[in-house]
Formats: sequence, C-alpha cells, structure tokens
Amino acid sequence: MDLSYTAEEEEFRAAARAWLRAHVPPEPLPSLETAEGFAAHRVWEGRLAAGGWSAVSWPERYGGRDADLTRWLLFEEEYYAAGAPGRVSQNGVSLLAPTLFAYGTEEQRARVLPPMATGEVIWAQAWSEPEAGSDLASLTSRAVRTDGGWLLSGQKTWSSRAAFADRAFGIFRSDPGPAAEGRPHRGLTYLMFDLRAPGVTVRPVGRLDGRPAFAELFLDDVFVPDEDVVGEPGQGWRIAMSATGNERGLTLRSPGRFLAAADRLVRLWRERSEASAGVTADSALRDRVADAVIGARAYRLFTAAGAARLAEGADLGAESSLNKVFWSTFDLALHETALDLLGPEGESADSAWAEGYVFALAGPIYAGTNEIQRDIIAERLLGLPKGRR
Amino acid sequence: MRFLPTDEQRAFARSLDAMLTAAGTPGIVRAWAAGDPGPGRALWARLGAAGVFALAAPEAYEGVGPLPAELAHAFVESGRHAVPGPLVETVAATVLLAELGDPAKRLPGLVAGETVATLALDVCSPYALDADAADVVLAVTGDEVWLAPGHGEVRVSADPARRPAPPLPGGELLAAGPAVRAAARRARDWALLATAAQSLGVGLALLDRTVAYARQRTQFGAPIGSFQAVKHRLADTLLGLEFARPLLFGAALTCESGDLAAAKVATGEAAYAAARTALQIHGAVGYTDELDLSLWLRKARPLRDAWGTPSWCRARVLAGPTP
Repeated sequence: MDLSYTAEEEEFRAAARAWLRAHVPPEPLPSLETAEGFAAHRVWEGRLAAGGWSAVSWPERYGGRDADLTRWLLFEEEYYAAGAPGRVSQNGVSLLAPTLFAYGTEEQRARVLPPMATGEVIWAQAWSEPEAGSDLASLTSRAVRTDGGWLLSGQKTWSSRAAFADRAFGIFRSDPGPAAEGRPHRGLTYLMFDLRAPGVTVRPVGRLDGRPAFAELFLDDVFVPDEDVVGEPGQGWRIAMSATGNERGLTLRSPGRFLAAADRLVRLWRERSEASAGVTADSALRDRVADAVIGARAYRLFTAAGAARLAEGADLGAESSLNKVFWSTFDLALHETALDLLGPEGESADSAWAEGYVFALAGPIYAGTNEIQRDIIAERLLGLPKGRR
Repeated sequence: MRFLPTDEQRAFARSLDAMLTAAGTPGIVRAWAAGDPGPGRALWARLGAAGVFALAAPEAYEGVGPLPAELAHAFVESGRHAVPGPLVETVAATVLLAELGDPAKRLPGLVAGETVATLALDVCSPYALDADAADVVLAVTGDEVWLAPGHGEVRVSADPARRPAPPLPGGELLAAGPAVRAAARRARDWALLATAAQSLGVGLALLDRTVAYARQRTQFGAPIGSFQAVKHRLADTLLGLEFARPLLFGAALTCESGDLAAAKVATGEAAYAAARTALQIHGAVGYTDELDLSLWLRKARPLRDAWGTPSWCRARVLAGPTP
C-alpha cells in the first residue's frame, strides 16, 4: 500500500500549481449559467487551452498532456485548490471526449476535439426526454435515415448547458422494431448535432434559482450527416452507457472539488468560531464540519484505490454507482453545513455557497437518480435479487 | 501511488480468516461471555503464533513492527470473526511498554501471544477491558504507569463478551514523567487504529449475514432482498463501509492523528449503521440472543465509543491540518 507520488508526478503537480497561480482570475467569474458568465467561462477555457491545461488526459496531438489517471487527479486537486472557475466545457470533456476515444473515428476526433479543448465549441448533453429519465431506454425521439445522414425528431429535456452551448450529443431511436418487441435498449443510435441547425428549437428552463442551467430541445427533422454518428448505428445504448459510467464515476466529480470545498468550509468555521461564541459552543455544527473533512478524505482515498485498480486493468463497472451516491449526498451535506454556519447571510443567492448549494441539490437527481444507483449497488455489488422498482 | 493491499497483506488476511473460520468463533465468544476464557485464550495463543501482536512491537522486543497496515488487516479479520478479549488493549499495552523501554519485562510474552494484557488510560475510560481474563493489568494516571494489583468489580456491558472492570489502585509504579504521556498518546493512536479496523470487520460481517438472509427470507411471495426499501438500506450500508475502508488504510499509512480519528469515526459509524440495518432486516429473529448475529450486533455500539467517542474524534480531526 502506497500513497506517495513519484518525482515526475510531483513535478507535474508543481507545474500545474505554478500555471494556475499565475493565471486564475483574481475575482470569481460571473455564474456560468448566465449569458455573460458563459462567455467569460468560454474565454477562460481558451486561456486554459493555450497553457495546455484544458484537457490534460488527452493525447498531445489534440491539445492534451497524455496525463494518466493519477496526474489527472493531481491536476484536479490543484485546479480546485486554486479556486479556478467551474468548467463550462465539462459535458464535452468528461462525457463526449471519452466516448470518441473509445468509439469515434480518427476523423471525428481530429474534427471535434481541438475546438472542444479551446472552448470554441461548447457541448450540451441531450439524454433525457419528458418520458425517459431514470428509465432512459424508453426514449422515443427518432433518427430516420435520409440521403447522406439522418433526420432527428422529438423532444429532449434537462439538457445541461444547452441554453448557451453550440452543439449537443445524445441517443435516438433509429430502429423502432426491437422496442416494439419489448427490447427498448436495442435500435438506438448515438449522434452529435448542431444546436443552431434548422429545425432545432432551444427553450431554456430556469432551475431552482431561476438561472437557465438547462433547456428543452424540440427537434423537427433536423439533418445530421453520417459523419456525426458515433460508433455503429443501433449500438447507441452500449456506447452511451460507457459514457454514463464515466459521468457517475470519478471523471465528473474528481475529489479535488470536494477537498477544496471542505477546506473552505473549515476556514469559514474557524472565522465564525472566532467571531461568535455561539458557533464555538455548537458541537453539533462542529461535528458536521468534521464530517465534511472526513468525507472529502474518504472520497479522495476511495478514488485513489479505484485509480490503482484501473491502472491494473480492472473495470470498475457498478462501483461507479457507489461514487455517484457518495459524492452527491456528501456535496449536499457539505453545503447545508456551510449555509447553517452562515446563518441569515446564507440566504443571499449571490454567495458562492448559495450557488453551490443550488447545484448540490441536483446531485442526487442527475447522472442517474440515487434510487436507481442504489438498485444497481444492491443487485450488482451485493447480489440481491431483481424486483419491481 | 498504489493504494491497494499488497499480495502479502491479502495472503495474511486470508490465512487469518481461514484460521478463525475453522476455530468456530461463535462458541468461543459465548464461552468468554459466560466467564470461561479457556477457548478464547487458546485462540489468542494461535493469533500470537500467527504474528498478530508482533506487528505492534519493534524488533528490539522480538516484534516485526511497527507495521500498522498489516495490523489493520489483522484486526479487520478479528472483527469479522468477533474474536473476544482485550486484543486492542494488548496492542496498546505493547506500544506503551515498548515506548517506555519495557519496564515490566513483559513484552516478549505479549508479542508471542502468551501473555494477555489490558489497560485503562485515564483520559479514555476508568475501565480496563477483560481485566478478569488478563495476566497483566496496566493503569495510566496522569504521567504515571502502574502495574495494577488486580481489578475491581466486573461490570455488565451491552456486549456480554466485553467485561470492563476498574484496575485496583496501587501496585507497582513502572514509569513516571512526560515520557509516559507521549507513550500513552502513541498507545492510544494504535488503539484507535485497531478499534477502527475491528469496527470495519464487524460491519462487514453484519452486512454479509444480512445480505444472505435477505436473499433467502421470503415475504409476500418474494425474497425480501428484492424489495427496494430493503435494497436501499443495504446499499447504504455497503456505501458506509466501502468509504470507511480507505480511511482506515490511509490512516495506517500516515499514522497522523487526524487521519486515525477520521478512520475511527467513519468505521465506527458505518459499523453501527450496519448493525441497525442488520437488526431491522432480520426482524424479530435478529432481536434474539440465540441467533449468532447477536454477537456482532452487540459489538458495534461499544466499539464505536471505545478509545475515542465519535465527538472526541471529530474534534481531533478539526485540530489537525485541513484536508
């Protein structure tokens, strides 16, 4: 058992830290869920890319650093510890890019990845539909064969980033036959499409704080050329599932984010304890602050063990469901503790803690609800029998 | 970085598991609880021969340590099999005496598993566990270590296999001065680690038994393990244990005070939650003494509070460096 880093890894960390120290904006950017903030975050992605830090795990020819999982985790720790802005390109970098590496063509990678790295093209995910959320395979939006490509029709919803993004990726029913025979996971195709193409209507949907963090997409015979099909037509489910494994697992929520948040929480608690005897005396609140530190460390170490197994060729599979339930539950508890520490000030929607809290509220819902994740844990990791949901 | 058990550590844990499975610990626990330490002492000697206590002692005292990660593996197995007796206390006594230069000349016996020791640290508890079955009873008061002349009345614990009793005052003064405090702090750190490991093992055993029960017990014509309410409780139990595990082994690697305390909180809370779930899912049969499940059920709560309550541990986490 070993928790130490090699000299090369420490060098990588130092280089990331130095670059971030010199480049992270001194003032937080406006919320990326506003048009102004989205534009500012796009500029930040360009700056990150110019430094070679926007997609460190990619091969160098696409603008990455060929970083392995350990280095990626180190970069993320440094990134969040430096207080760097949230990643507006996250859907693309953490969901679409790994899918293209696994299933895309060389032509697609060369065309799609460089502008993704620079923030020139920002991607939205388009999985859910009004009647297909946790039961995603029940989706009904269609892809119909046409000359040189496909025509997409139907409705997608809860499409993150879509209010301001450029392109989107999702799965569509290209062959209704299997679904009619009770095999809804078959006959689906994974496609990328332009959010500004003729036939696309984007209706931003305000989340709990009113900001358009996601949107509904109405698709009416939207043409998609063959070159934008990812993998084989009909294989969309398998391809998408490999991406959602990434989403639930560590690539969406690396430990760095929570280590930095727990650190900020402890600092807040110390400040408030010095200012108020009531806070000092509140041992229940103190225990919750300690639990944030403990949880962040647990997640970091759990991830380190997972990374070591991945490096040895293991497939984490259903274990990503453990990650997902853990970080989403933990993130919310951490932010609730911060709001309790802030007291009446916590109500202000402008504070970073309040924005983080609103975001954390969604954690148990997106990337596969925690109820579905617990079913997966119980059935696949504990071997309990399948039953009615 | 390779934060996974080594092949040797896995093999060591597997061999202890095989030995303890063959020993049939439930009968040994029940005898211990009834005041017959004979079978427990026999098992103790075998654990000593397997090298468990040597992990806490340096080579100068015939140990092979300090090897905290290996000790953690061994104590997870002791918890999984509900091994009775002052195992944690013997480890703490070993560390304490080694730090002080073995003033009582007991270490070789402790390391070999021939001597059973217990101790009471005044800052933790006025009671020494299983003093009635131990050969050596130590008491740390302030900056003095005493070899107690015996023990007072044995008290009833929530876990009948735990038999706390106060050391009698007086006896032989083994050491005094600031070095005692430092040695006692180190002994307590090892006790935290060993207790955390035992807790994890207790929690894992409770989960295993409850999953097996939920698969075979039927109600309304279906295994209860197919009901979502049951599944989700068991999923949360696994979650608690699986995120406590890396804290335990991470703390064994750093031996840093805040890390040890974090591991103790997480394993103690996860095992206690596992006990609550195990009881609920077993239903009334779980609420009986005769089902062996009770041996683990009753351990979870005392282990959660032994050697550092959750609240004390959380304060210690916050006293350390931030994450």
